[in-house]
Amino acid sequence: MVPVSYYILLSAILFSLGALGVLIRRNALVVFMSIELMLNAANLAFVAFTRVHETFSGQIFVFFVMAVAAAEVAVGLALVVAIYRSRQNIDIDQMSSLKG
Amino acid sequence: MLLSEANPATGLFVLVPWIVFAPVIGLLINAFFGKRLGETGVGLVASLASGAAFLVSALQMYALALYPEGAQVKIAEWMHIGSLALDWTFRVDTLSVTMMLVVSGVGTLIHIYAIGYMREDVRFKNDPARFPRFFVFMNFFIAAMMILVSGDNYLMLFVGWEGVGLASFLLIGFWYDMDTLGRPSWANSNTAKKAFITNRIGDFGFLIAGFLMFWYLGSFQFGEVFAAAPEVAKAQPWVITAITIFMLVGVAGKSAQIPLYVWLPDAMAGPTPVSALIHAATMVTAGVYLVARSFPIFGLSPDGQYIVATVGAVTALFAATIAVGQYDIKKVLAYSTISQLGFMVAAVGMGAYVAGMFHLVTHAFFKALLFLSAGSVILGLERGHHHGHHEPSSPALPPKGDGSPLSHRERDRVREAVFDPGDMRNMGGLRKTMPVTFWVYMVGALALAGIFPFAGFWSKDEILLDASLHFPHVYWLLTAAAFLTAFYMGRQVWMVFFGQARHEAAEHAEESPLVITVPLIILAVLSALGGFMNLPFEGFHQFGYWLANTLGKVEFPPFDFVVAGLSTVLALGAIALSWFIYQRKPLENGDPDPLAKPLGPAFVGMENKWFIDEAYQFVIINPYKRLAEFLAQTIDWDFWHEWLHNSVIYKGFVGLAHFLADPVDLGFIDRISYWLSDAIRASAESLRKLQNGFVRSYALSVLLGVVAILGYLLFK
Repeated sequence: MVPVSYYILLSAILFSLGALGVLIRRNALVVFMSIELMLNAANLAFVAFTRVHETFSGQIFVFFVMAVAAAEVAVGLALVVAIYRSRQNIDIDQMSSLKG
Repeated sequence: MLLSEANPATGLFVLVPWIVFAPVIGLLINAFFGKRLGETGVGLVASLASGAAFLVSALQMYALALYPEGAQVKIAEWMHIGSLALDWTFRVDTLSVTMMLVVSGVGTLIHIYAIGYMREDVRFKNDPARFPRFFVFMNFFIAAMMILVSGDNYLMLFVGWEGVGLASFLLIGFWYDMDTLGRPSWANSNTAKKAFITNRIGDFGFLIAGFLMFWYLGSFQFGEVFAAAPEVAKAQPWVITAITIFMLVGVAGKSAQIPLYVWLPDAMAGPTPVSALIHAATMVTAGVYLVARSFPIFGLSPDGQYIVATVGAVTALFAATIAVGQYDIKKVLAYSTISQLGFMVAAVGMGAYVAGMFHLVTHAFFKALLFLSAGSVILGLERGHHHGHHEPSSPALPPKGDGSPLSHRERDRVREAVFDPGDMRNMGGLRKTMPVTFWVYMVGALALAGIFPFAGFWSKDEILLDASLHFPHVYWLLTAAAFLTAFYMGRQVWMVFFGQARHEAAEHAEESPLVITVPLIILAVLSALGGFMNLPFEGFHQFGYWLANTLGKVEFPPFDFVVAGLSTVLALGAIALSWFIYQRKPLENGDPDPLAKPLGPAFVGMENKWFIDEAYQFVIINPYKRLAEFLAQTIDWDFWHEWLHNSVIYKGFVGLAHFLADPVDLGFIDRISYWLSDAIRASAESLRKLQNGFVRSYALSVLLGVVAILGYLLFK
């Protein structure tokens, strides 16, 4: 059986990749995908611990996370569409009208 | 002495408060309904009120005849503070009832006379609306005088003492907006103030005497004071002497003795019934009453007695010399009053209380008679003057200060101004035109001059007799005064009633109506027969026996024919001398006084009252005014107002306010708040750079924050 540390390591790598994606990429869709990657890295860690501890609470968390992610994506994509309609691009660096 | 069941006269003694209540009711009725009652109604109410007081006084006399010890009737508590217990208590004894009878009896006659007098006076002065006010004041005076004579303690006496002072002020200033001749001026109100202020000086002495009494004798109540006095006199004789001397100051104020007599002659500005009531018969006797009432205190202080007697005697002679040089009929009587009050004060000062009180009573009769007759003479001249003056044209009228034309009333006054109905030089020959007035005046004049058998002879003689036995210097002063008394009365009678009329007003003078002459006749009878109540023969001292119930042992020196003979001879001689000077060759209009030439400067002095008023003006009033001016200008205005208030306080306050406003508020407090706002603004300016609008940098911040929190949790 694959040791759990491997899963955790993979989860950390995925999370780091997601975080890097959020910080580096300017395309809103890619940023969304990166956020999804971070969420799913967390899900992986939950699932891995569920196996170790043999309880279902981690899996229940995962379902909640997936439901929240789906809702978030629905709202986020709607925003992206609305932005695209008004500005003809989705570069998040140009969305700076709240600059202080 | 308190009321007891054994006292057969209790029922009468309890009526005594009505001597005060009756005139008070009268004055209230006249004060509130006077306008509606009409002149006769007002006069009737006032006279009835005074008459009721007389009736009650007469009942008291009857009760005292049954029960000579008298009584004290308490009607209310006044002050009870610590050991001090003062009540409104009426004292009924022979001394107080004597005063009550004189005040209310003579007062009632004067009230009746005043109905007739004021009816004409208000018309000559063109202000009939003032009629009721006069009677309100008169009743007020009677009430105050009754409190004075019936009080059972010195403070109640003082209430009456001040009350009569106020009444005198109100009545002297009755025609407050004109002078004695009816011209618009404040002369009358100034004389009223003079009387009041002079009396206040006397009151100050009375008050000090009262304080001393309370401090050393522990009470104001007559009985307690007199009981405590002998012990104090033994231990601290100066206390008793001080009390008597301060009391003398009060007496000098109220009874017009040297040096405070100056108010009384000027008080003649009041209507004539006032002169009679206040300044002859009643108020001025208050001082004499005070000394007589305080006889146990005076008896303990020979020094005090000596001073009082001397002051009285000197006043008697001094005022008599002034009376010789006066031309105003009422002024002569006024100085005569001062002189006669000097007799009384000298008598009570010598300890001859019976003689003093006897002279007080007879003097009340004949001086009231003389004043009222003088009023009748003045009215007669006014009538004669109006009779002869019917031309409507008036001389060129001085414009008033503000340029407005004179009102009708003022125009009348200006026209009247030339004629003085009180000046004896305008009179003469009135015995034919005013016969009743003439005869009653003769009775009064003979009584005052001390001619046998009129009242003044007996009472004055008794004083002279006592003086000759104990105080020779007083005797000689008083004898000289008695000589002058007869002389100036002779002079007055010759000038007023004999010879030829020196003015057309005197020629047309008319006799007064019955309402005026009847009281005069009653007073004339009293003046003629009043002496018989105390004849100086064994067994006939009725008045003395009566007063002895209050005064204790009274000695009756035997009748001395030398003293009586000498005074009678002197009086007759004085009258003869006055006839020789004034009547042998009657005065013509415009003649100078025949005495002026032979007496020279002495007569100038008499005529000008020895310049005492001017001396007071110079010595007291002018420095006082300068002091007042100094206090007002230098101390109050320059120092307090200009310097202290304006410079020190005002400028100091403004300076402090400037200091607080500029350096403190603007420089310090405002700077703190400005710095604070600047600092906040600057920090906000630097913080806004964080809000750069790049979502990714926010994300980085979140990441770093999470890393920092996790790091803290891991490595804490």
